[in-house]
Amino acid sequence: MNKLSIRTIVAIGIGAAVFAILMRFVVIPTGIPNTNIQTAYAFLSLMAVVFGPIAGALIGLIGHALTDALSYGSVWWSWVIVSAFIGLLIGLFKNRINIERGDFGKKEIISFNLIQAAVQAIGWVVVAPVLDILIYAEPANKVFVQGLVAASANIVSVAIIGTILLAAYAKTRVKDNSLRKE
Amino acid sequence: MAKELLNYVDRKSPVHSLSGATKLILFILYSTAAMLTYDTRVLVGLFMLSIAAFIISKIKIQEVSFILIFILAFLLLNNIAIYLFSPQEGVKIYGTSHVLFDIVGRYNVTLEQLFYQFNVTLKYFAVIPAALLFIVTTHPSEFAASLNKIGVNYKIAYSVSLALRYIPDIQREFRTIAVAQQARGIDISRKEKLWKRVKNVASIIFPLIFSTLERIEVISNAMELRRFGKKKKRTWYSSKPFQRLDYIVILFGIIILIASLVITFYDGSRFYNPFI
Repeated sequence: MNKLSIRTIVAIGIGAAVFAILMRFVVIPTGIPNTNIQTAYAFLSLMAVVFGPIAGALIGLIGHALTDALSYGSVWWSWVIVSAFIGLLIGLFKNRINIERGDFGKKEIISFNLIQAAVQAIGWVVVAPVLDILIYAEPANKVFVQGLVAASANIVSVAIIGTILLAAYAKTRVKDNSLRKE
Repeated sequence: MAKELLNYVDRKSPVHSLSGATKLILFILYSTAAMLTYDTRVLVGLFMLSIAAFIISKIKIQEVSFILIFILAFLLLNNIAIYLFSPQEGVKIYGTSHVLFDIVGRYNVTLEQLFYQFNVTLKYFAVIPAALLFIVTTHPSEFAASLNKIGVNYKIAYSVSLALRYIPDIQREFRTIAVAQQARGIDISRKEKLWKRVKNVASIIFPLIFSTLERIEVISNAMELRRFGKKKKRTWYSSKPFQRLDYIVILFGIIILIASLVITFYDGSRFYNPFI
């Protein structure tokens, strides 16, 4: 933990603050009750890809826990852990996507989306419901339906908003071999 | 602007004067107890205790009522969902079935189901006053100090303190960007069609996110210049030393946790069963 760079520490702090604001204020209801398009997870996946797994996990953990605490007064731990899990796992593939080099082409888009879909599917459909049952003893079919709904809404929102975000970020980076001798 | 997030409330009370670390430890012990148990007697006891702490803290109910309405609405929806998905959950847990009346198919109302849902609700009620109290009586910068005191690495504690420090700033920036974009005719309300709305929301969060990334660079340079993180430890401006009351309260918290676990698991089950 002591090897964390200052940039990562600041990214965790500010990232958690932005995650909390997005999660609280920028949700788009889809028309189906309790199913929202969360822009926060698109942001989380960008931060995980740029700053790595530890930053991703902690932004999810701190950001989600703070949102819950400040807007509901209590923390729903089973889902907070899922946010941390998603940040961590997407962050593990940082080197595979390697956005700092400035290319985010078709190949990277496909691998990013495969990763995020797989990670979120496990998180929402397996981890969240199992923890809900263990901690809160909620009925199994209810939490699995909730998990499925959350998974599909968030996978779609990361696929759309997350991909555009990453592409826009990649454009701000300097590409390898982009200097030419005149 | 309407109040939308919980804030620290400054007041003179025994709860405020406790060290932040004490409150954090107590809160962790307390919510562990509430998380593990499903025993009605324990939950009622925990609920009474947190109400008592609330009264001692001199926090007025109006100061947190906007959150309470939110929570009550959520609990109501959650209860309806539990019943719709699993009307026989209570029967499954308690092993008996006292039918009050039938509605249709498997949807009947049993004493067991009512009791189970009462317990689910009580589980939240037991934690909510304590959690609210912890947030409104602990100053944000003291919170970071207390995280460090209970063993969290100070760099992580510092990130939490940064997050708390910047939430209001980023909220303000978000409003500014949203209003500016709306002035240009970009609609994010429900009058717009779903797909268009997603695109319009994106045009608000993009500037927000990219200005955030810049902010990260600025702050980390400033911290680098001040030699942040070069030492193994740091001191905190707002940490309070432990007093006698702090030790008493922590001891009390440990006793509560142990007592509630003993009462809950004494008969080998998480649930208190009045039906046998």
